[in-house]
Amino acid sequence: MVDLLLWTLALPLVGAVIALVVPDAPGRIVSVVASVLTLVAVVPLGFDRPAGMWHELDIPWVPAFHLRLHLGVDGISYPLVVLTALLTVLCCAYSVWHTPAPGRGNVLGALLLVIEAGILGTFLAQDLVLFFIAFEVVLLPMAAVIAVWGGEGRRRAALKFALYTLAGSVLLLVGVVVVVVQADTADMVKLTESPTLPATTQLWVFALFALAFAIKSPLWPLHTWLPDAHTEAPTVGSVILAGVLLKMGTYGLIRVGIGVTPEGFAKAAPVLGVLAVAAIVVGSLVCLVQTELKRLIAYSSVGHMGFVLLGIATGSAVGLQAALIGNIAHGVLTGLLFFVAGAIKDRAHTGQLAELGGLRERAPWLAGILGVAALGSLGLPGLAGFWGEAFAVVAAYQRGGLLWTVLAIVAAVGAALTAAYLLRMLRRVSHGPVAPALAAAGEVRWPEAVAWAPLILLAFVLGVVPVLVVDLAAGAALISGALGR
Amino acid sequence: MPELKLPDIDYAALLPMLILFGAACVGVLIEGFVPRSVRNMVQLVLSLAAMVAALVFVIRRAGEVTAENAATIGGAIMIDNMGLFMEGALLVLGLVSLLLFGERTLERGGAFVPHAAVTVGSERDREQAVDSGATEVYPLALFSLGGMLMFVTANDLLTMFVALEVFSLPLYLMCALARRKRLLSQESALKYFLLGAYASAFFLFGVAMIYGFAKGVDFRAIHEAVRGSETSPTLLLIGLALVAIGLLFKIAAAPFHVWTPDVYQGAPTPVTAFMAACTKAAAFGALLRVLYVGFDGAKWHFTPVLGAVAVLTMLVGAVLAVTQTDLKRLLAYSSVANAGYLMVGLLGGNKDGLSSTLFYLVAYGFTVIAAFALVSLVRDADGEATHLSRWAGLGRRSPLFAGIFTFLLLAFAGIPLTSGFMAKFGVFGAAIAGDQTWLVIFGVLTSIVLAFPYLRVVVMMWLSEPGETTPSVSIPGVLTSAVLGIGTVATLLLGVLPGPLLELADQASSFIR
Repeated sequence: MVDLLLWTLALPLVGAVIALVVPDAPGRIVSVVASVLTLVAVVPLGFDRPAGMWHELDIPWVPAFHLRLHLGVDGISYPLVVLTALLTVLCCAYSVWHTPAPGRGNVLGALLLVIEAGILGTFLAQDLVLFFIAFEVVLLPMAAVIAVWGGEGRRRAALKFALYTLAGSVLLLVGVVVVVVQADTADMVKLTESPTLPATTQLWVFALFALAFAIKSPLWPLHTWLPDAHTEAPTVGSVILAGVLLKMGTYGLIRVGIGVTPEGFAKAAPVLGVLAVAAIVVGSLVCLVQTELKRLIAYSSVGHMGFVLLGIATGSAVGLQAALIGNIAHGVLTGLLFFVAGAIKDRAHTGQLAELGGLRERAPWLAGILGVAALGSLGLPGLAGFWGEAFAVVAAYQRGGLLWTVLAIVAAVGAALTAAYLLRMLRRVSHGPVAPALAAAGEVRWPEAVAWAPLILLAFVLGVVPVLVVDLAAGAALISGALGR
Repeated sequence: MPELKLPDIDYAALLPMLILFGAACVGVLIEGFVPRSVRNMVQLVLSLAAMVAALVFVIRRAGEVTAENAATIGGAIMIDNMGLFMEGALLVLGLVSLLLFGERTLERGGAFVPHAAVTVGSERDREQAVDSGATEVYPLALFSLGGMLMFVTANDLLTMFVALEVFSLPLYLMCALARRKRLLSQESALKYFLLGAYASAFFLFGVAMIYGFAKGVDFRAIHEAVRGSETSPTLLLIGLALVAIGLLFKIAAAPFHVWTPDVYQGAPTPVTAFMAACTKAAAFGALLRVLYVGFDGAKWHFTPVLGAVAVLTMLVGAVLAVTQTDLKRLLAYSSVANAGYLMVGLLGGNKDGLSSTLFYLVAYGFTVIAAFALVSLVRDADGEATHLSRWAGLGRRSPLFAGIFTFLLLAFAGIPLTSGFMAKFGVFGAAIAGDQTWLVIFGVLTSIVLAFPYLRVVVMMWLSEPGETTPSVSIPGVLTSAVLGIGTVATLLLGVLPGPLLELADQASSFIR
């Protein structure tokens, strides 16, 4: 089992190297094979579930900097790890069938695999320095994916993404260095079990962590890189970005923010809660006036991540469980939404809502899948989006006090706004007379169906029996361990 | 008349320096007696052999340092662990950059002309521009490197001053030897010389002040005077400030950095690489010794002031790098900013600070030499094409070299899995451990700013269409390829497996007073 953890990082990296050196067509196949093998290596990690870490691997790397190759998987990271591996498989497979200009699908596949390795490393790292390194590894390949395979304004969007997240990373670096130097260890398990940092240090270290993760998540008002990046990114880039990359921010906030600096988190929680609710409302309002399909979905991410952050900010077991489910649900649904939006854009050659319409007449299946994804996303009970959003509101209300009650009410209003803009989008795209742009739109093709089917299935499973996917006990354990509640 | 008492000289300890100076003298003779056609080969082999021999003796000495045998020539030179590490680092970096000096395939006759001072545009200047190469640069480089070795092991301020002059004077001359853009080259040499002379004068004046305070110029006497003296510290502070100015000039710290962009741009690129790696390392080696050995008692006085200098250096380097349109100038400002990061580690003021600074010097040296080696490859009919716009679309023309340069730029930006990250992590950690968190905050802020120019170059190389004016990348000769290979591999290795060098730096981070 120990070896499996190493394989989860080694397989994508080896696959990336091979895909890079072979020609285009075989390279795409190599990337699919590598991502499938990674998924095969990842899934068994959850077969055996003792208390605490399910599996651990600890090898010294650079002792002088407390850097160890310390990997571990538990109930908090496992669903995210599987989701990452799954989405990478789907994206690599989708790229075999369709790689946007300028082609070179093998390079795209290789970059996706490097991104996968970085994200998996982030979710698996139990060493703070290793966590930072993995966090940063993701950044430049993602920027390259946007910059090379993106739309019209790709250069600007990629540079904005790179600089924004690089700024977040250096803040994280300061926090990491301070913790490592002061606590004289980078072991996240140890740091979480026995926090040794004084309260004032914790507060400002948490501020650094929170800023870094807020940029990644993204939390309003640090979200402005996201719409550009999403709009310009190719479909697979958007899927990875929304599906799992944003989760690095929320996961970091849970694992590092709460785990390493619990007292700092406790003091800053109200601020975080207010910002999260602001994100929900602002994200929804902006969505109501969006005129571009991908941009709308991108802004909806801001709102959804607001719910996740609200759940985290409550600092209660219910809130954290809501956040964990919300994380996965958003990854599945927004991943699906971006796949479908990409497919529509490929057919219509435009993403402007004004130029779309009548999709259900030309391609009823495509319109149906878009409908499922949108309904799930707006939090319809029975689909994946419901649990995370509803229980984030419940957790805020349970927290009590004037502030949190108000926050809960405003967030609930935000959820209604979410329904409003998603239904508006459905009306514009699916209903009405057939727009000229969609006149020749084809139905769902089988490679698309293959790529989307797992996500649709997950959307239903998560909606009906979320405990199958998310280990609720892990969240409660972390909260009670770190905050003593 | 009392009998003249000569100091004991431990020749074995001094051998690395003596070999370099001796080889330099032989090199001068070769200029006179060896036929031109084979001179380059002979000089190159001689220089490399001398450096390797010196390196061998440095390594052999490594295990034998004790408190008794470290000081020699009456205490003028101190071969302690730290001194040996710096000697070794300088020799390795010098060796790599010297390979660039020997490159003859990129341009007929190499990068250097024989006569530095000929009027630009005159008949003789046009003659020497097409002349086959000059080889005077090898003995000059050896003299300079020998001086640097002496600089980092000098145990009193006067020896240090002599060493400063010994390594600076050849450098001034080497700056003026560029084959192309002669006027720029001469201007840079003159600028460097004039400002360098001022800095030396400041240094010497400072030595006089300190002598007035401590009644001695060796570091032990200064250390004791700083600790125990009853006299007013005014002389000490003035003296320390003036000495520091002399050294800060050499490391290119703001506000004493103004020569850097002009000189880096005008000097022949191999010389620029040599200066960026070795001069910086030597000057930091000396600064470390002065501050940690001589003036550690005055820490409370100098830390805030030098901290302000470090912050200014990082800010100036980062902000002005953003505005550059010439690649050599961009790298010059990046070198200024890196001097600031090095000072952050130095001001950490503990053993970690020392070892992380040493690691940073070596890691940065390899990267910067490789970066300038690559700059020397991108050429058109007028020599190197260093304007940024000319690099647009280079990724399409030669993906390999654009890829290597991208990797080096990422190392400068401190992205993980490159040596730049490990180096920055080390100095920032040391500064936080030494309660200098404010320096780290400015350090990361400027890192963000500095990432922009690097990324802009990367974006330009890969995402712009190659234009009419995009120059081709010359096929490098064996020597430049070797430099590129060594620099890139070192940057990667020190980023992935920095353990051995960190350990070495840790062992070396002790002075003997």
